[in-house]
Amino acid sequence: MQSVIDILNSLGSAFVDDWYDLDSWIVITAALAAIACSIPGSFLVLRRQSMMGDALTHTVLPGIVAAFLLSHSLKTSGWISTSEADTHTAFDATSYAMMFAGAVLIGGLTAVLTEWVRRQGRVESSAALGVVYTTLFAVGLLMIRLAADSVHIDPDCVLYGNVETVWSGPGHVPRAAWIGLGAVLFNATLVVCFFKELRISTFDPALATSLGINASWIHYALMAVTAVTAVAAFESVGNILVVAMLIVPPATAHLLTDRLWLMLVLAGVIAAASATIGHALAMLLPPLLMAPFADQPLLKGVKVENLDASTSGMMAVTAGGLFVLALVLGPRHGLLVRLVHRLRLSVRIAAEDLLGVLYRQGESTPPQGLQHPSRHGSRFHRFAAWQLRLRGLITGPSSQPVLTEAGRDAAKQLVRAHRLWESYMDRYFDVPADHLHEAAHRVEHFLDPELRDQLADELDGPETDPHGRDIPGS
Amino acid sequence: MSSPAVRFAAGGLLVLGLLLPGLDLPTASAAPSHSADGHLHRPIPQHSGTSISDTRIQWPSWQKLSDTLLMRHYNTRIVLLGTILLGIGAGTVGTFMLLRRRALIGDVVSHASLPGIALAFLYIELAHPGSERSLHALLLGALAAGLLGVLCTTGITRFSRIKEDAALAIVLSVFFGAGIALFTIIQKLPTGQVAGLQSFIYGQTASMTAADVKLIGSTSFVVVVVSALLFKEFGLLCFDEEFGRSHGWPTTRLDFVLMGLVVCMAIIGLQSVGLLLVVAMLIIPAAAARFWTERLGPMTLIAAGLGGVSAWLGGVVSSLFARFSAGAVIVLVGSLFFMLSMAVGRRRGLLPQFLNQLATTRRVGRHDLSRTLYEMLEPHLEQTGPDSGPDSGSDPLCLHLLVHDQILARRSWSTRRLTRLIRIAVSEDRLEVVEGGWRLTEAGAADARLVARNHRLWETYLVLHADIATSHVDRDADLIEHVLDPDLVAQLLEAVSQRYPHMGMPPSPHPIDPGS
Repeated sequence: MQSVIDILNSLGSAFVDDWYDLDSWIVITAALAAIACSIPGSFLVLRRQSMMGDALTHTVLPGIVAAFLLSHSLKTSGWISTSEADTHTAFDATSYAMMFAGAVLIGGLTAVLTEWVRRQGRVESSAALGVVYTTLFAVGLLMIRLAADSVHIDPDCVLYGNVETVWSGPGHVPRAAWIGLGAVLFNATLVVCFFKELRISTFDPALATSLGINASWIHYALMAVTAVTAVAAFESVGNILVVAMLIVPPATAHLLTDRLWLMLVLAGVIAAASATIGHALAMLLPPLLMAPFADQPLLKGVKVENLDASTSGMMAVTAGGLFVLALVLGPRHGLLVRLVHRLRLSVRIAAEDLLGVLYRQGESTPPQGLQHPSRHGSRFHRFAAWQLRLRGLITGPSSQPVLTEAGRDAAKQLVRAHRLWESYMDRYFDVPADHLHEAAHRVEHFLDPELRDQLADELDGPETDPHGRDIPGS
Repeated sequence: MSSPAVRFAAGGLLVLGLLLPGLDLPTASAAPSHSADGHLHRPIPQHSGTSISDTRIQWPSWQKLSDTLLMRHYNTRIVLLGTILLGIGAGTVGTFMLLRRRALIGDVVSHASLPGIALAFLYIELAHPGSERSLHALLLGALAAGLLGVLCTTGITRFSRIKEDAALAIVLSVFFGAGIALFTIIQKLPTGQVAGLQSFIYGQTASMTAADVKLIGSTSFVVVVVSALLFKEFGLLCFDEEFGRSHGWPTTRLDFVLMGLVVCMAIIGLQSVGLLLVVAMLIIPAAAARFWTERLGPMTLIAAGLGGVSAWLGGVVSSLFARFSAGAVIVLVGSLFFMLSMAVGRRRGLLPQFLNQLATTRRVGRHDLSRTLYEMLEPHLEQTGPDSGPDSGSDPLCLHLLVHDQILARRSWSTRRLTRLIRIAVSEDRLEVVEGGWRLTEAGAADARLVARNHRLWETYLVLHADIATSHVDRDADLIEHVLDPDLVAQLLEAVSQRYPHMGMPPSPHPIDPGS
């Protein structure tokens, strides 16, 4: 354990000046909570029930309050003995056990009620969820209020999460870290044991049902596990941020991979990274951002270097930042990759079109209405022409380009594809002759040599196209 | 009395409302500094014990009840008016959101607005230090952030493989996280106005002022007027966006306007009543209204009305009982209306649907019995001569005695079911009790003829025009015969008359099982 702390210490000290053991413990606790959340969260994302996570973090309130009140009254009435050691922490073991039981019940109840309202009342599912969760949450609020004398609530600790206060000193492993570790192990065990069932029921509920897997039970179980995880994590990362850790890392992982197990692993890694980077940013960013305003009256008497933000808030922001990174830079679905693909295709098509025009101009009877290449004056087309020149396919002045020998060959293949496709369509499709060109103009870029030969065979090696022009040989 | 004294116990409670509270043992921490538990003109008796069984509710006097219901006191009036107006506005836009399957957008907007508020605060403090904190600037910040959140949701769903639900959750939590991070910074600044900022998160129903009510009122007014003016367009957006687009409607801009209305409503509500209530107000009245009608106009009106009424009732209840927080009670009253609507709503309620089903079951039972009796008696008709029809004096069907066991032999009915069917028939004067069995009355005979005729018409039609084997046609006809109306019967008659011209009762296309 100490070695983990040391690694984190040296890692943290590299970026942040005053990184202590406390910071390492904060990172460990937050990371464990985040990883625990990311496991059920992955399935929520894939099953398109992400907002269920948001709802569950609210509806666990009445469950927790009821559990707390129950354990409290058991204690005051002497059913359970309280040891001295318990009184200085917010929760003792009995409270925890009851809270988890309450969370399981309320998680299941939320899912069952939502499903019932949706099906019986024919209410759209997100609206059903909204009705159920606001109602249960309001019940929880009233319960607290009615028992306000015995339950004291510190809203600040809830809002920001109290991960900063988990560690009490050297040699002490925070309870929240143990709970987080337990939640991670519990969730991971469940996923390993029921991987096949979860996978089938997530991607194909109908198939799962036909294989004898009860998809609706899996749904309810997932909801219960999510609720338990939310309860386990809320003490360290604060409540709404449980939603962030449930959904954002899995969604990021979903952008990066198509394999379920890899997505689960990546989501855990991203969750841990969000915790680590988030905590560092919470210490680094505020001084950096506020430094230009240090002499403003607003900051009078404040040491800008000492400003910091809540770790859990910055964890959510970091997770969001990682999500945007994956969205833009993702290997297969990233915006940048897609943009580059699209640009390259556009350039290729523009270049090939230019080749085609030049070839047709060199034919004995140039077609009517042929656009002269000099009219393609845009920067884009000039880039395409420059590329062709670079590849040695055209030469001559840029206003009057001429095909080289290699260029002629390439253009010939293109025109051959164009005219073969026209002939093919003319024979097999019911297309009027004046509509052939448009279609062929689009398809010509995607006919490879094999397909061209196949077309020629199919048409018994035609000499001319439907317009009476020569089809160049291969 | 001054307005701080009029804080409902609720004000502080919405504070707890936002998130899962950190629960501390009484010994562990000091109670949070909620607003004073003052209530109207009378302090609440302090509950001194720590026992949780001590949850007595102070019942209000009649005087106070009528005062509150009729809003006689200024502060009650302000608070009730504010929440009612909010309920009406939110109910109106909520209807469109529900039908557009975006019920949870209010949830996202209200969370996403947080960083906007914090940034607006920082901007004002840095750019115009010393100036009064302007409420409107904070609202503008919230509005901008809320709209940005909505745009991000749309962008994520449009440009990635992430589905809408995940996009909503991502925007909600990341924006909220950013807001929290900014707020923790602000809290460390030496400015006394941070407490005022917090009210945005929690809402402060109890300390609503006349200015707040004016703001809510004008926003609700604008929302309702715009909804009325663009009613047709919004309806189009709700039911067939593609159709609208193909006909040249500016659906994207309309969508933007609608979203703008929702964001305005959510932000205004956020400032005055808090997160939970806004989300609930945007969803629950609309979802409840859906049970009552299939038409958009009435649905919008009902939703607006339900929103207003639940705000009024909830406000009244919470001001009568010291420990009931306004936000939570209003939500619960709204849910109560939702449950009621789900139970008895005229169109989609569970009870009307159940009654409808019951009536159908009954009608089917009546038809089945009538036809069975006719089929039993048909051979006797042939003996007495050609089908004379019901016109020639007494109907020959009425002459014959019907015995329990004979009827039972023709159908796979339980004795209990048959007894029940017969009891109903007797009570409706279709059967009369005679020595050793029953006899059809004139009305019963007519009914039996009609039902059997419909059944056979449909069977013949299926055989002639739908190519269904005669051995299978009985079961198919069984399903449809109960819902044939007279128009359809006339058409059927026409369709099969080529084969069976001038016939009162077509013969059965298949042999009838005489029973054992």
